[in-house]
Amino acid sequence: MRGYAGKFLEVNLSTGDIKELKFDDKILRQYIGGRGLAVKILWDRLGEKWETVDPLGPENILLMLTGPLTGFAPGARLCVSGKSPQSNGIVGSTLATEMAIDLKCAGYDGIIFTGESEKPVYLFIKDSDVQIKDASHIWGKDSKETLKILVKEGREELEGRYKRHGLWKDPSAVYIGPAGENKSRLAIVAAKWVHAAGYGGYGAVMGSKKLKAVVVKGTGPLPEVDDMERTIKVAEEIVKANFERTVFRRWGTGYAGYDVGAGLSSEPVRNWQDEWHDEKSFGVDQFERVWIKPYWGDFGCPITCLKLAVIKSGPLKGAITDNPDYENQAYLGTNLGIFTPEGNVYMTALIDDLGLCGIQTGNVLGFAGELYQRGILTKEDLDGLDLKWGNVEAFASLAKMIAERRGIGDILAEGTYRAALKISEMKGVDVLKYAVISKGIGIGAHGIRSGEDYPGYESYVCSVQGGDHTSVARLPIDHENSELRSILYDSGVFCWFNFFNVKARDLLWPLIEAVTGWKITPEDWFGTTARRILHIQRALLLLGGPDAKWTPKKDDDLPPRWYEPLPSGPHKGKAADVEKMKEMRSEYYEAVGWDENGIPKSEELRRLGLDDVDKRLESLRRSI
Amino acid sequence: MSETEHIWIARDYSRCSGCRRCEIVCSLHHEGRIWPEASRIRVFMLVPGVEIPHLCVQCSDYPCVDACPVNALSINKQTEAVIVDKEKCTACGECIEACPGKIPYIHPAENYAVICDLCGGKPKCVEACEEGGWNALEIMKREDIPTLDLYAKTPEEITRNVIRKLYGEEWEEAV
Repeated sequence: MRGYAGKFLEVNLSTGDIKELKFDDKILRQYIGGRGLAVKILWDRLGEKWETVDPLGPENILLMLTGPLTGFAPGARLCVSGKSPQSNGIVGSTLATEMAIDLKCAGYDGIIFTGESEKPVYLFIKDSDVQIKDASHIWGKDSKETLKILVKEGREELEGRYKRHGLWKDPSAVYIGPAGENKSRLAIVAAKWVHAAGYGGYGAVMGSKKLKAVVVKGTGPLPEVDDMERTIKVAEEIVKANFERTVFRRWGTGYAGYDVGAGLSSEPVRNWQDEWHDEKSFGVDQFERVWIKPYWGDFGCPITCLKLAVIKSGPLKGAITDNPDYENQAYLGTNLGIFTPEGNVYMTALIDDLGLCGIQTGNVLGFAGELYQRGILTKEDLDGLDLKWGNVEAFASLAKMIAERRGIGDILAEGTYRAALKISEMKGVDVLKYAVISKGIGIGAHGIRSGEDYPGYESYVCSVQGGDHTSVARLPIDHENSELRSILYDSGVFCWFNFFNVKARDLLWPLIEAVTGWKITPEDWFGTTARRILHIQRALLLLGGPDAKWTPKKDDDLPPRWYEPLPSGPHKGKAADVEKMKEMRSEYYEAVGWDENGIPKSEELRRLGLDDVDKRLESLRRSI
Repeated sequence: MSETEHIWIARDYSRCSGCRRCEIVCSLHHEGRIWPEASRIRVFMLVPGVEIPHLCVQCSDYPCVDACPVNALSINKQTEAVIVDKEKCTACGECIEACPGKIPYIHPAENYAVICDLCGGKPKCVEACEEGGWNALEIMKREDIPTLDLYAKTPEEITRNVIRKLYGEEWEEAV
């Protein structure tokens, strides 16, 4: 087992028991780490009773996992998973954090949380010394305040314990904000103020378990690898390949807030009523006026594509966030009719502070904005807010109501899908048609109507992570944006942004071998290993429950909005075609070994040794 | 390099990207492993966005060398870097106390103080930082710098300076 620390921590938050456990080589070879291993653990432990497991109840399992490539592949990340309170399936949700490095250096590949605590707690790890600590004094604090206290307490504890060591570097931490504490399904697991495991809603799972944070200091080296010389050589080649990406390094995804709308016509504008805009006030040159660092990034990253943004004057003074990146520019900018860097940075910083997901929250805020535009939601419904497009103050107030579950915020905190069902019932009109979601998950800010952006018809329709734009289904199955490739990044666990160019992508296979000693070929990955993980994720997504359940095939569809023609711009009139969608859906099912209803086929599952999954799907097949 | 042309690592904290590639190359060079907690250069992040690479400044009067009770520290004539004799060092921590910036620390696995040795005159951290175009670290001629001793500061002191520049004066209290 090379590349791995070799053991995992299991923490029972109900009893306070902490133990170490190991997985044998065969399981690690088959499921790798991160997302893949999460799928295996959840299947083994909860698979039999999946439909009855409440994602926000004590039965759910929360996972924080690294992978064998974490720390060796440039751009370290941590994978957070469990039964998702958004899709009721599994999402492998990753975020950039040095906590992944600290964890491996402490001797652990990951943490499995079970049960739920009675009072707020946080986990403190110093190598093999693991403690559950009281978090009552941090409960209720926003993101910035939470991290400040955690770093201070962590360093004081280390300096008190090891008096001769000298100064301790800050321990690393992942944590939740008020939204997670209040079990909003839009809540993130956060790190470093601005980083988020957003898709999946695992901040709410942490909140349900009363787990405020995990703080880690690991003092060992990263684990032994199979061939150190080759690992460093290949990793350095990947680093150099990324240095060549000068444009992406220079602007990150910050150019896209203008360019994806103006250039590609695939950016959400006013709840996806349009995907084109030509608002030059939102150009990247305008964003540069609020950037204070040319490059910002995380452990081992050669790209450092983030640009720290600070509002230093005017009524929105004091807001600090990363860049913001494209997704936040779109969802907390154009989707709300906000077209200034200041308004967008302010919204993004607020969302960070509250511990909300920029994408999911921007999706539900846009949805509410459209209902207000249509007169379905009124000022009275919104505690007096004038939720007209572009009103930063009103959208900010509504975001706070969501995090605190006040008024209509309590309904919107359930996410766009569940809120749409509730509001349809309240108002007696169907508002689900305005929800731009897939399997309970708000769709990332890349539309398909213009045909110019990277997702295709099958992308969100067939993804086992619903609207997640970082894990889209794509044909052929070894496509550069294939979901099977996302499974590799999320199981490895490292940042896909360092593998955008062909040179780096091709170097990934030798890197895996140098680190783990396993010869994983593309044929093996796309035909076998990734398929196992994909099928279990698909099976559990379809089993769903208890509060949301997806009908095979019927729920594999585009949001109704995308069948409407684009109203303006160079792609005016283009709409998604339902027959084309059906065709691509069938092709995808066939390509990955699913039947005509999108249920993994018996022979495919048995070929992969997943007889138990096959058996579990029998009743679902019969019910159709 | 002649004896009168010694190098010094200048640091522009506000340019540090927080990528920590300096920690990676430093620990690979000195330990043969990727080992952030044993790197001679350590990136502190007391506040996100305010990353502080912390490493020896080779003070003109070398208080750490003077403070060592067992003569484990010496000054390399070629580079003027502080060299730690691992055999002699007892990890007593006197050098840390004596350092105005509290820069040395005790190795996480062995019993000796860790101090930057300038990689014998070609520091790996600077190479990595320059290669990536971050340029938070830069080689200068030591003799040209009038008051390099002023740079021996704690991460807290440096953070307060840099945060004022990056986020504004109201943030100084955050550290």
